[in-house]
Amino acid sequence: MEDEKKLFTVSASPHVKSPTTVRGIMLDVIISLIPAVFAGVAVFGFRAALVVAVCVCSCVAFEAISVKIMKKPMSIGDLSAVITGILLAFNLPVTIPVWMCVLGSFVAIVVVKQLFGGIGQNFANPAITARIVLLVSFASAMTNFTAPKALDAVTTATPLAHLGAIDRAGDATAEIMKLVSSGDLPDLVRMFFGVRAGCIGEVCGAALLLGAIYLMIRRVISPIIPLCFIGTVAALMFALSRGDVYYTVYELLGGGLILGAFFMATDYSTSPINKKGKALFGIGCGLVTTVIRLYCSLPEGVSYSILLMNILCPLIEKATAPKYFGFVKTKKDKKEAA
Amino acid sequence: MGKTRPDAILKPVAKGRGGIFAAHHKLTAESETVRMPAPERVVLPMLQHIGAPCVPTVKKGDTVAVGQVVGDSDKFLSVPIHASVSGTVESIADVKLANGAVAPAVTILSDGEMRLFEGISPPVVNSKEELVKAVRASGLVGLGGAGFPSFVKLTVSPEKPIDTLIVNAAECEPYITVDYRECIENSWNIMNGVYTLAELYGFKQVIIAVEDNKPEAIRILKNIADRDNDKGNVVKLMALKSRYPQGAEKMMVLSATGRVVPAGGLPADVGCIVMNVGSVAFVARYLATGKPLTSRTVTVSGDCIKNPMNIRVPVGTLMKDIVDFCGGFTKEPVKLLSGGPMMGTAITDLNVPLLKSNNAVLAFSKKNAGLKRETQCIHCGRCHEACPMGLMPTDIEKYAALKDAETLTKLGTMVCMECGSCAYSCPGGKPLVQYMRLAKSVIREAGKK
Repeated sequence: MEDEKKLFTVSASPHVKSPTTVRGIMLDVIISLIPAVFAGVAVFGFRAALVVAVCVCSCVAFEAISVKIMKKPMSIGDLSAVITGILLAFNLPVTIPVWMCVLGSFVAIVVVKQLFGGIGQNFANPAITARIVLLVSFASAMTNFTAPKALDAVTTATPLAHLGAIDRAGDATAEIMKLVSSGDLPDLVRMFFGVRAGCIGEVCGAALLLGAIYLMIRRVISPIIPLCFIGTVAALMFALSRGDVYYTVYELLGGGLILGAFFMATDYSTSPINKKGKALFGIGCGLVTTVIRLYCSLPEGVSYSILLMNILCPLIEKATAPKYFGFVKTKKDKKEAA
Repeated sequence: MGKTRPDAILKPVAKGRGGIFAAHHKLTAESETVRMPAPERVVLPMLQHIGAPCVPTVKKGDTVAVGQVVGDSDKFLSVPIHASVSGTVESIADVKLANGAVAPAVTILSDGEMRLFEGISPPVVNSKEELVKAVRASGLVGLGGAGFPSFVKLTVSPEKPIDTLIVNAAECEPYITVDYRECIENSWNIMNGVYTLAELYGFKQVIIAVEDNKPEAIRILKNIADRDNDKGNVVKLMALKSRYPQGAEKMMVLSATGRVVPAGGLPADVGCIVMNVGSVAFVARYLATGKPLTSRTVTVSGDCIKNPMNIRVPVGTLMKDIVDFCGGFTKEPVKLLSGGPMMGTAITDLNVPLLKSNNAVLAFSKKNAGLKRETQCIHCGRCHEACPMGLMPTDIEKYAALKDAETLTKLGTMVCMECGSCAYSCPGGKPLVQYMRLAKSVIREAGKK
């Protein structure tokens, strides 16, 4: 019996594990989002910080409450609810009423995430779905965009709404320039740094790209989905505007494309694992986004495209399932090889 | 000095697949191999190889000498087992092995003399057939860890001509430095083994593959290869990228020759033989002396071992004696491993004998024991990216739970070599190798019906 006390722990190999943890990954994502939070506050004022704070707190609270009710192990420590909160806030206009933030968080965490089994099990991106639910339910509040640093000032249209009216068959660059000089549209530099109307987190391409580069260096996300997504939009916009570079770049910086491509479409649970699937997923997102932007009545299509591709994700994974090493195709091939 | 050959160091032919970059922790790289004196007793299990177990050929009370056969089998896939110390047979009884299996074992009480068996003489080898016979008689199994009888590898069938010998000195497992020390200390043995095999088999090329984190091993072996012994210029060195599991047979064949071993196949299917560097050196020693495999080099390391070192130990020595010889534990370990941290087996206590195929004894404290709490899969895909065989471990886990043998087979479950790259990379701490084994057992069960 004395010997029994001294038994060593046994477990299946391997006996070393990488230092990467779920919490560590989520922390990296949070870090990558911080520049865009600051940019949002700088562009839209402190109410942006309030919206972010409300979304984060209510997401974490809903996560805690739902796992408690479902008697599952407490999961707020993995920090994924914090990310959902930040991303939801990023997809809202700064004028959004606080109660709508809370409702959005409820949809994201309780309906989309926890009811389907929690982290890794949701079939759609929680923040995107919540944004779409709010957009459909409260269309005016969700599209009540203000010009930068002008909370009390007039409501304004987003650059994409203006772009929709442009005749791509003609000289798109000249038309945009005209709108820029009349003050209706910001120029490309201001677009890149976020001095424009839009949702809190989507406006500053510079801050988002900074975070995206961090995520790719840390190997948290693979560049395949964002590059295929943005690349497809770029190629289509370029072709459909008859080779207008200025217009194409404007489309890339406008709306939530950068935010969506790097931070929402790359969500682990709702995007394919294998490389081919990732590419297909990104191209699909780009295609749907372009079609919605150019041919539908909505000015922006990034969130719808991601949601649609989320739903297709299991099918894409099935269709692109990689062949394992040394796979021998058919019986005929097998005979030849032998 | 011989002339140098600028083309003697080859670059890997193919890019590696998947894999991980684990910390190397080669603490014992510079520690010269120390010969451990005969322990009080050795326990020689009759199953030290992949294949059929041996039957004891001695009785309790018999006097035996080093190198004397104590167990053999008439089955094809089996190699004899030899006494590793001289003394008297104390008992023949079932013992528990490192992997939990139970096998009969011959326990020899040492007389401390290490007297060599009189019947030992160098074998006469002039052909492949004679070599295969000699290698079987030597009791050699792959010294890299898997324990596959070496003579089987060296048996070439006329339908599958072999043009390439790959000498595996990658040693991609963390901590282990056995092959590295072999390259440094017994480099001439290795090269003699290589030349002998190359001559008997007429290989077109011999590639000695070493990971590039061991430049000293590459330098020493190249110096010897540069001399004039190698008339046909067939022996080449290859510096492989240090990336686990570079030393896995199929990965090794891919990196060295660009050939893909088909699923369920062997390197021989694509004209290659892969042999561990220690096995090649042993063949040379055996042909020169006739002394069978009775001792082997082991790395004793880990953060709980007082004096981490490489030691030459009689086969069958108990872990207890090995740990004691290395100064004992500095602190009580949580895990004791027989083999490397990626593919080794965790053992429950120190009363387990060292087998021919064990290349390491590692003792880890809780901090290094790789005990992560399992959480839900976040579908991040790190396991799939790390898998050198391109499998989808989490899918396999799901279908294993459903006991769906057909889908599991389609997913390629059986090609998994349990290298552990998936479980290593999993941020959720999932014991994926355990799930893979479960999945394989589902397929095996279904096959029985």
